[in-house]
Amino acid sequence: MTEPAHFFLPILLLLILASIVGAGILIVSGVVLPGLLKPDNPMKAKLTPYECGAPPLQEGARHRYSVKFYLVAMLFILFDVEAAFLLPWAVQYKAHLWTFWAGASFVATLLVGFIYAWGKGALDWER
Amino acid sequence: MAAINLDDSVMTTRLDAVVNWARKNSLWPLPFGTACCAIEFMSMMASRYDFSRFGAEALRFSPRQSDMLLVLGTITNKQAPILRQVYAQMAEPKWVVSVGVCASSGGMYRTYATLQGIDRVVPVDVYVPGCPPRPETMIYGVMKLQEKITRETLAGRREHIEQFYESLARQEELQQAKGLSNYQVVREMVLAAGDAGAQKIW
Repeated sequence: MTEPAHFFLPILLLLILASIVGAGILIVSGVVLPGLLKPDNPMKAKLTPYECGAPPLQEGARHRYSVKFYLVAMLFILFDVEAAFLLPWAVQYKAHLWTFWAGASFVATLLVGFIYAWGKGALDWER
Repeated sequence: MAAINLDDSVMTTRLDAVVNWARKNSLWPLPFGTACCAIEFMSMMASRYDFSRFGAEALRFSPRQSDMLLVLGTITNKQAPILRQVYAQMAEPKWVVSVGVCASSGGMYRTYATLQGIDRVVPVDVYVPGCPPRPETMIYGVMKLQEKITRETLAGRREHIEQFYESLARQEELQQAKGLSNYQVVREMVLAAGDAGAQKIW
């Protein structure tokens, strides 16, 4: 059984009215009233990005810096790990002939990388 | 028609009294801890002394969300502009409690490097003595601040803070004019105020 379209018109009107009232309540309580009631005193000190009291040294944190820093950090991690392995190796390399050669091959591998980095000039800050 | 007696059911008051009652029971503390007073402050906030009882439940470590600055410890001359900036960033209305002798008067640090009392650079409402003060003393200090809030007028507090903002503008002007660093300009203002016989720079 089909109803005529205007049969549901009151429900549509109710839906529209409810949306308007609902949106109105949200806008008044969320935007209009707070806008009228809230204390609003923007000033230079309050608008600075930091809350620690120190003035920002430059505008924005997304500035560019040299790729050299990445290079140094990468090399540091490499040789830091090597130093961390060398210490137990220095204590234990006499335990077995295999222990000695395992550590030595690791150092030799890094040595090749070290010579390559040196040859490429990665260790020179000024180029 | 008989007159209706509303005395028993209606209470009249002033706006200042109502607002101040709300303000004094909803302080949002910002600890500016630089020395051992901050250690005492920790026990003041913890369960034994439970500072939350006084309506200052929520500690905020951002000046933008707090209205009671607790200066806990020695403030050096280099720290002075930082303290001023942090106070300026706080939400109005705001109050300052100077906790311990170092903050209040420089204390035992009577040296060229230490600010001889933070009241030279920010408007202080209550001074708490002690080195460091016990948590009870700090709580008493804040209770005194609550009494003070009850008595003050809204316009009076606003004016009080505006005076500080004017001094901040003066500081910036002087800094621009002379090309000084942040702490140099505050130091210069403090010294100039001292020469003029004033204790404060606003």
